[in-house]
Amino acid sequence: MKADQTLDCVGLYCPMPIYRTGEKIKELKTGEILEVVADDKGIKLDMPAWCKTTGHEFLGMEEEGDEIKVYVKKTHE
Amino acid sequence: MADKDKEKMTIVVFSGELDKALAAFNLATTGASMGMDVTMFFTFWGLNIIKKNEGGIKSTGLMRKMLNFMNRGGSRRLKLSKFHMFGLGTWMMKRLMKDINHPTIDELIAMAKEMGVKLIACTTSIGVMGLGEDAFRGEVDNLAGAAYFLSEARESKVSLFI
Repeated sequence: MKADQTLDCVGLYCPMPIYRTGEKIKELKTGEILEVVADDKGIKLDMPAWCKTTGHEFLGMEEEGDEIKVYVKKTHE
Repeated sequence: MADKDKEKMTIVVFSGELDKALAAFNLATTGASMGMDVTMFFTFWGLNIIKKNEGGIKSTGLMRKMLNFMNRGGSRRLKLSKFHMFGLGTWMMKRLMKDINHPTIDELIAMAKEMGVKLIACTTSIGVMGLGEDAFRGEVDNLAGAAYFLSEARESKVSLFI
């Protein structure tokens, strides 16, 4: 999936990937897609939950080896 | 989203141990990241987490002086609730946390403040322990009592006691 920006969270554990996603999403414009790369498996449930609560759109995830790439579309400011 | 529309989250931080402080701040920062308006209410041993690290803690009377000598507190003096082992276990846990780049309590406090988490210290505990406002770090927003906590808690979607 093509993303407008990428956030590298490899090596970070909860709550850091979510915290950094929350900070990073502020830099994106509405409609843009953020790719978060992480290796903490918690993100597989955490990111959809974060999206559900914040209202941003969870577009899906891809796993490559130990790395998990999740895609989030910014839906509002 | 305007602040008044935000969902609220309140946490009572009763415990003053490193592991419990970590749990409290991990949840507070995550809640704030999820767009919640988070208030942390520090009471009893939990006050140790938000005491200043530097300098002495002033208090009056022999018993309170003894208490504050034995219970100095400060984010960098917190012990594990299990396996402190005269400091060895706590030291090891801090090493392990650093190993996985997990933020320290000081870093978590800074992150929380940056995201607008409110830190409230309980006046009754402060009174019992004979502490002054100068015993606490500058990040503490306010002093309050149980009624303030309950008025926030009853409007909260999430309310925890740690």
